[in-house]
Amino acid sequence: MTLILLLLPVFAALVLLLLKGETVKIAALFFAIAELVVAGIMVAGFHADASYQYVIDYLWIADLGIHFKAGVDGISLVMVVLTTLLVPLIILSTFKHQYNKPSTFYALILFMQTGLLLVFTAMDAFLFYVGWEVALIPIYFICALWGGENRIKVTIKFFIYTFAGSLFMLLGIIYLYLQTPDKTFDIQAFYNLNFDPYHQGWIFWAFFIAFAIKMPIFPFHTWQPDTYTTAPTGGTMMLSGIMLKMGIYGAIRWLIPIAPLGFAHWQSTVIILAVIGIVYASLIAFNQKDAKRLIAYSSIAHVGLIAAGIFAWNMQGVQGAVFQMLSHGINVIGLFFVIDIISRRINTRDISLMGGIAKSAPFLATSFIIIIMGTVALPLTNGFIGEFLLMNGIYQYNIWLVAIAGLTIIFGAVYMLRMYKQMMQGETSSLTASFTDVSGSEKIVLVIICALVIVLGVYPQMVTHLSEASVNNLIEQVNQKLISAK
Amino acid sequence: MGSLISISVLAIIVLYLGLYRVNKALLPVTVIGLVVAAGFAVAQWNTVARPIYSGMMLFDHYAIAFSVICILSTILIILLSKNYFERISAHVAEYYAIILFSLAGIIVMVSYHNLTMLFIGIEIMSVSLYILAGIKKRDFGSNEAALKYFLMGAFSTGFLLFGIALIYGTTGSFDLEVIRDYILSNPRDISFLFYTGILLMIVGLCFKVGAAPFHFWTPDVYEGSPTLITAYMATVVKTAGFAAFLRLFAVCFAPLSDFWTPSLLIITIITLFIGNITALYQHNFKRMLAFSSISHVGYMLFAIVAIGAASANAVFIYATAYSIASIIAFGVLMLVQQQTGNSSFDNFNGLGKSNPFLAFVLTISMLSLAGIPLTAGFIGKFFMFSRALSQYQIWLTVLAVINAIIAIFYYFRVIIAMYFNQEERTAISIPGNVSFVLGIAALITLIIGIYPGFIAHII
Repeated sequence: MTLILLLLPVFAALVLLLLKGETVKIAALFFAIAELVVAGIMVAGFHADASYQYVIDYLWIADLGIHFKAGVDGISLVMVVLTTLLVPLIILSTFKHQYNKPSTFYALILFMQTGLLLVFTAMDAFLFYVGWEVALIPIYFICALWGGENRIKVTIKFFIYTFAGSLFMLLGIIYLYLQTPDKTFDIQAFYNLNFDPYHQGWIFWAFFIAFAIKMPIFPFHTWQPDTYTTAPTGGTMMLSGIMLKMGIYGAIRWLIPIAPLGFAHWQSTVIILAVIGIVYASLIAFNQKDAKRLIAYSSIAHVGLIAAGIFAWNMQGVQGAVFQMLSHGINVIGLFFVIDIISRRINTRDISLMGGIAKSAPFLATSFIIIIMGTVALPLTNGFIGEFLLMNGIYQYNIWLVAIAGLTIIFGAVYMLRMYKQMMQGETSSLTASFTDVSGSEKIVLVIICALVIVLGVYPQMVTHLSEASVNNLIEQVNQKLISAK
Repeated sequence: MGSLISISVLAIIVLYLGLYRVNKALLPVTVIGLVVAAGFAVAQWNTVARPIYSGMMLFDHYAIAFSVICILSTILIILLSKNYFERISAHVAEYYAIILFSLAGIIVMVSYHNLTMLFIGIEIMSVSLYILAGIKKRDFGSNEAALKYFLMGAFSTGFLLFGIALIYGTTGSFDLEVIRDYILSNPRDISFLFYTGILLMIVGLCFKVGAAPFHFWTPDVYEGSPTLITAYMATVVKTAGFAAFLRLFAVCFAPLSDFWTPSLLIITIITLFIGNITALYQHNFKRMLAFSSISHVGYMLFAIVAIGAASANAVFIYATAYSIASIIAFGVLMLVQQQTGNSSFDNFNGLGKSNPFLAFVLTISMLSLAGIPLTAGFIGKFFMFSRALSQYQIWLTVLAVINAIIAIFYYFRVIIAMYFNQEERTAISIPGNVSFVLGIAALITLIIGIYPGFIAHII
């Protein structure tokens, strides 16, 4: 099953390259939904315990003990659901765009999906690294080929940042590999390693920088606003909805369990960095005129909260992070989609030029407010569950930090609602006078996203029960190592 | 052994073909002859290797693997050259013959077991290359390249020979094993002349492979020579140079590694940084490739320093990945140059639209040179890094990683030019032989990148 999950998008990408015209979009959507069905079957057959399931294991490079080994536990499964759920939505949301060379565009998106799924299911560090890079190349081309102005400079910066981070992670992986008794990249062997705190500190940073750049955590975030703003909306959604979760997932799966002592030593530093990022990004978001940029900064703030929750490393924090990864993915692509709908109609993203859209487009306005409610964590929306758990987790670590981090929710509500007010309410400007409401594929995407916002908010159990046992297991494992080290 | 003889005979046959003006037969005869030579080499696999001809040469797995990769790269380059040399001059047979003669020298270089054979091999190769560099008789750049290459080459041969002489003076033998036994049996009182000899040989060999600070000839020679000759020098010659280098230091001088490691270490670091940083500032694709080849020399030296005897495998994979990717780069460059007349980055603008195939293979080649996963270049770097870290050369590896990051800038510059800089241009018509070679090379790059298992344990 995992093999089908991993190979279907590659196959689909190759098929798409042979197609032309409108059929490309339909075919891309078809394959993305087929992939979602595969993931659905995996969820249906999944036993919610801590074990790895659907494990595949092939010898890949015998000389170095590299295996093509992949499988899912609860945390991976949530990430697989996130990826396979968002990709069809992202593809559908681009239906109104006429991209130059559509076959290449959609093939790259599906190819990237394979990379993402490799990252989320890999049980071999080498495979994890390969997936990490395989996801990077397509998104680079998506951003650079279909992006807006300044795309070349912005995308090369993005590429260099992430590539630099990942190379140090590669060194870390090789170092760990050399420490394993029987020379393997297997994740379990990495978990079993017991090496001294000094080296764990180095390993921690080797991995952390790669993940911090991807998430991004302050001060490694400087590539992000430009890249999000410049990328075509489909690319921005892939980046913000799914790709940044690679970093968060990596921290839960690899960083903390492998180097628990390094983690314990640097825990406070990282949480403080994350909290600084939250406040910093929120403050900048206040002053943004460009709606896409505003959401890019708000995303840094939200991710900062997730990162702080993970590094608090308790049940609520990590469960909250896993849940929030899913809901942040849904909400952020919803927000970017709304901005895309508007900017396609009036050719600007400047908030100050908009106004009164709600009058002519009530459906859009309603969906927008639902998504915003999810983003600002109103109870009974998906954002509330995640952020509540995260706050709870950070609270257990330090009460002052949670007070500061809690500002995000207030800040977020302020700038998000202000953005809503300026865009949707008030006087109609000359630009928005002839605004037409959403239709067709746009409507479908918005309905699905709004439904997910509410359903996950009312009944979070269906996601949290998947990951609970695995999260518990990882936390126990790390705590035991920490105790035995003392 | 059969391969050396067959290549030498082949070269003479080719000369005669030229004499009787059967120019049409040149390419097929050369390619078939080379395939036969590669076949002879492969046939010796798994036989027990002993030094032959009074201990002059040794065809072990190491020699066979490097011979085969050199022959295969030469075949690819020669296949690219159909109609290429005809455009430069009337005496086509000479090119083929001289390339074959230099290849014979290369076979000697990778299989020597005696320092005199090392010297003879290098000379056979170098003298042929001096001619090849200057083969465009009326072209100023080509003449400059040949002269520079010859003067620098002569110097470096002097260093090499002096080093060999000093080592002979101390040990009384040219034989690699005897020299090693000498080191092992007299660990305490080795004459300082011997050390001087090693240093001089390092200088000589670094000249030949183009390691900094002995690299100054490389950019001008690479730029001035005809593109395919440059391709040959950057791939086959470099691979052979490293095979020779590694054989000497990993086998013969290995017991003295404490002595020569520091000097090679410094050379490696300088080479990596000079190659990479200078490549950043090039506006000409060919010169960029020249400097990037210097940085790749740095990576391969890195293997010798960090890894010693166990590095043969890593160097082999790296050299293969690098050669194949470079052949693609030079092949595309040759076509672009024929269309536009020079080789600056601007000439690649819009290639992604007009020639998607060329742009795609060149992208693969650049990704491979940059070391991105799923390409052969990544596997090469991965083996290098993992073997080096296993020797606890952590800081050296970190320096190499920093260089890998710098390299992204200039390798991506051509990708950016091809895909993102819009420019209307007419499509380049690609001859069948070229698209065959480019396609095969790109395929090999991807296959090694995805499933390196078959090449990983050759040596």
